Amino acid sequence: MDFTDTPAETEFRQTARAWIQDNAPTYLAAPLSGSGFGSTRTGDFDPIAEAKKWQKTKAEAGWACIQWPKEYGGRGATPIESVIWSQEEGVYSKLSGTFIIGQGMCAPTMMAYASEEAKLRYLPKLASGEEIWCQLFSEPHGGSDLAGLRTKAIKDGDTWVINGQKIWTSGAQHSDYGILITRTDPDVAKHRGLTMFFLDMKSEGVDIRPIKQANGDSGFNEVFFDNVRIPDAQRLGEVGDGWKVALTTLMNERLAIGGSIATGFPEIQALVSELVLASGPASGDQAVRSKLADWYAKSAGLKNTGARAISALSKGEIPGPENSIGKLVAGGMMQDIAKFAVDLQGLGGLVTDPAIARSQAQIQAMLMRSPAVRIEGGTDQILRNIIAERVLGLPEDMRADKGIAFSQIPTSQDAGAG
Amino acid sequence: MNFDFSSEDRMIQEQVRRFLSEQSPLSRHRSVMEGQSLQASEVWRGLADLGLQGTAIPEAYGGVGAGYLPLCLVAQELGGVLAAVPFSSSVYLATEAITCFGSTEQKERYLPKLASGEWVGTLAVSEGPQAPSPTNLTVTRSGNTVSGKKLVVPHGLVADFAIVLVASDAGTDLVLAGLEGVECSAVEIVDPTIAAATIDFAQTHCESLGEPGDGWAMLETVQHRAAVLYAFEQIGGAEQALNMAVAYAKERFAFGRPIGSFQSLKHMMADMYVALKLAESNAYYAAWALQNHASDLHLAAATARVSATQAFQLCARDNIQVHGGMGFTWAFDCHLFYRRSNYLALALGGLNEWENKLVDALPSAVA
Ligand SMILES: Cc1cc2nc3c(=O)[nH]c(=O)nc-3n(C[C@H](O)[C@H](O)[C@H](O)COP(=O)(O)OP(=O)(O)OC[C@H]3O[C@@H](n4cnc5c(N)ncnc54)[C@H](O)[C@@H]3O)c2cc1C
Repeated sequence: MDFTDTPAETEFRQTARAWIQDNAPTYLAAPLSGSGFGSTRTGDFDPIAEAKKWQKTKAEAGWACIQWPKEYGGRGATPIESVIWSQEEGVYSKLSGTFIIGQGMCAPTMMAYASEEAKLRYLPKLASGEEIWCQLFSEPHGGSDLAGLRTKAIKDGDTWVINGQKIWTSGAQHSDYGILITRTDPDVAKHRGLTMFFLDMKSEGVDIRPIKQANGDSGFNEVFFDNVRIPDAQRLGEVGDGWKVALTTLMNERLAIGGSIATGFPEIQALVSELVLASGPASGDQAVRSKLADWYAKSAGLKNTGARAISALSKGEIPGPENSIGKLVAGGMMQDIAKFAVDLQGLGGLVTDPAIARSQAQIQAMLMRSPAVRIEGGTDQILRNIIAERVLGLPEDMRADKGIAFSQIPTSQDAGAG
Repeated sequence: MNFDFSSEDRMIQEQVRRFLSEQSPLSRHRSVMEGQSLQASEVWRGLADLGLQGTAIPEAYGGVGAGYLPLCLVAQELGGVLAAVPFSSSVYLATEAITCFGSTEQKERYLPKLASGEWVGTLAVSEGPQAPSPTNLTVTRSGNTVSGKKLVVPHGLVADFAIVLVASDAGTDLVLAGLEGVECSAVEIVDPTIAAATIDFAQTHCESLGEPGDGWAMLETVQHRAAVLYAFEQIGGAEQALNMAVAYAKERFAFGRPIGSFQSLKHMMADMYVALKLAESNAYYAAWALQNHASDLHLAAATARVSATQAFQLCARDNIQVHGGMGFTWAFDCHLFYRRSNYLALALGGLNEWENKLVDALPSAVA
């Protein structure tokens, strides 16, 4: 066991640090450090343009997606090197939000299932940020129950014709490509009739409509498909194997979201260190100290659990369902922290004007964004189910849709009619 | 960087696990709990035959000199079977105190006998139902003698000597006192397997450990180091409590289905798992910090301690819940874990105290 760098790691860290010092957009450091989870603050500059610029700068020097093979736009770095890189990239990594879905989830799926030709065509541009990707999984009738999705794909010669609707698609409005899961056979059990594709978001018949979120932003969208044609060459995995392909994406999603996830701890610690309550400095208040200790222990636990996952990865082990704990712990914790932080400040704690509120209203942004962390990429409840069933081996839930064809599964309309 | 134990460390762990699964079943713990013997002395001797009490003691003092990493894994195994041996008091506390603060002569006198398991030591700090502090100690030292009553002294009934926290002219001191001829009486506590005693010192002969006046600071150092090892015992116990709950939930049927298929129980056990994982990872980091004299050892130890206390208490408590009425019987083993989790939570000072230590050790915020 060794939590310090080997000589080779030290050298790598120094090279990375020197390059970042010479090339990072230092003019963005201040606004970026005020970014809460789920928002990228770039002051007077356009966040997407700045994100693309930094990504391109990195890619040209071989610092983008460093764990990927070189031929796909990466650096062929080890898992440990990529941890070192992200430690060194620090606040500038907040610029990568736009690419997380594409690089963290779509890319691993493409690497596992796309043709070599497609990989060479698409992955380098994904790495360099020239092209943005999104994940078209959830539907009005298929969220937690993803395999309940209804978007239809019907084969027509060498192409597939897509009709239906996706929802909650983050970043679809900025995306060039997306991975799309569809139903190709409604007459078999629901997990068996699915097929995965990737598609050009500019295809004819794709209609993207942003949805206004509870926090006022519009990160996610509805995406409608009206006779959209996808070449069979853009199929990922076999016909009917879409569920297996989706699991690859979702496993990486939990790694990507859970790996270096924000918890809100630095923010609450900073607030406590400067706030004075009626009873004296907040840092001396017993109730505050007790919570601070609990949250620190949890965030350290996540960090150290992540470190162990990286070690396992370095030894060639495949990341398993145990990585579900990252987002499960961080989501609830961030929401608790934001609520507590606002509470400590009294009514004034509700001010959302960045010019008045502390730290550019970072805490208030967290308060309003954190409910989504407990939903996106698997709800708290679904993550607990996964831990219980796939890690602890507890029996499956009783299910009303087991062993019957998708087309026969009861829906809310049936309930209404009954 | 490498965030896992080495395969050599894992081999020692495996060896200890095999020994304990044969020699220290929960039925042995139970016989101690029910008063058939003070401790499982044959298990203690077996551990000594494997050299385990001396795992971290330098070879020059009769130990194995293998360091703290394997010792942590030994602790995890002992915690998992709730071994009824004075390992924690003698190895994590007494041995550590002498290793850190003993004179060369004291090390030569004590460490070989601690390493071989011939002597059992303990730490006498608590004086009753109030957390000790530098200002409320009633046990006092006068020259070479110590007087007053310590309660609760873990493993006091089987210890050969105690390291006693006392008030003195210099403030607080740590002193070494042999227990032969000293009045030690059994005191009932929530965990009856730790041979807890009231010790009544009456002008008992003693000698200084370290500098007089440094008692409280030395105690803090020893407790932080021991906290890492206690954390491993706690995660060992938490893991077993969770295993018990999962196994029972798969077997027991209600409403025509295994109770483990009820989501409220699944989620309860998922939360136990989460608490355990976080605690385990924090304990790993603390083990490394202990072995390598890391500058953030105090923070790492307090963090490991807070997480491990939370995890074991949660797992032991909810293991009873998963078992229903069975869980509340004397015959089922759930309460053994519940009792031990409460003992380990308080053995070095309670959660609240460690939360404060953690916050004190935090590097200041970067606003
Ligand atoms: C900000 C944000 C961004 C998102 N981005 C994307 C994206 O880019 N691409 C994409 O495909 N999707 C995206 N999603 C969708 C997300 O994955 C789904 O919202 C999520 O999986 C939940 O599905 P649902 O909304 O249909 O809720 P439902 O599944 O209807 O859940 C409603 C409630 O029922 C509970 N529930 C459901 N099933 C069970 C069960 N078996 N056991 C216990 N409780 C259960 C849930 O936990 C929840 O509390 C995003 C969501 C959000 C909030």
